[in-house]
Amino acid sequence: MKISRLQELLDAKVLCCEENLGKHVYSAFGCDLMSDVLAYVTDQAVLLTGLVNPQVIRTALMMDMVCIIFVRSKAPNEEMIELAKENGIVMMSTNKTLYNTCGILYSNGLIGTAEVPK
Amino acid sequence: MSDKLVFRFDVQGDDFTSAGQASVQVKKNLRQLGFDTEVIKRVSIAMYEGEINMVIHAGGGTAEVSVTEKYIEIILEDKGPGIEDIEKAMQAGYSTAPDSIRSLGFGAGMGLPNMKKNSDSMEIESKLGEGTRIVMKVNI
Repeated sequence: MKISRLQELLDAKVLCCEENLGKHVYSAFGCDLMSDVLAYVTDQAVLLTGLVNPQVIRTALMMDMVCIIFVRSKAPNEEMIELAKENGIVMMSTNKTLYNTCGILYSNGLIGTAEVPK
Repeated sequence: MSDKLVFRFDVQGDDFTSAGQASVQVKKNLRQLGFDTEVIKRVSIAMYEGEINMVIHAGGGTAEVSVTEKYIEIILEDKGPGIEDIEKAMQAGYSTAPDSIRSLGFGAGMGLPNMKKNSDSMEIESKLGEGTRIVMKVNI
């Protein structure tokens, strides 16, 4: 799904890297625990989170994630926006909750990353 | 090998928000050197997890990344409290991180297992009260 489509569906505000709205994401991972993002994300996914600190951006960067969506109207600070800009990561903020954000994207065809091994 | 490329970093231990800067730099350097994206990702994840661990548990340390013909080697060294039970620490979900770290999104007990998963070899030497040295290799 194109990042621009995510923005439309969530009525999200784009915070940086608007020039990359044409890029695609193939799955999504919704989580406030960066440890799990580092352990389980496998493909070019969008990160949906309510956690706001620079480690969110660094985690996304390590995982080659191209888009971060902050839920519940959370807003990153200037330092985080700079870090995302330097690395071309699109950041957006939506007033929707994590649950509703996941539901909207899933019902529009964006699947989650693979299940965690049992 | 005499012509290996080495990057060295001091990892500051006093500020969690800046943790991971060395890993970001290494990722950049490896991209510039044109390595395969999967190799870069594995090195990045393994080093980032290790760097975060050094900041959480050991008050910082040093990181050294060497690029050789066959593999990329990451050496993380700290003078922290050491790991009491390495076998336990390697179990997914086992964590001694404080709640303050968990509220920042880390400390779930996934770090060491994830470092092992993303490297082709990993050795841990640790002495209580003296520190920890971890050597990871990712084949190219």
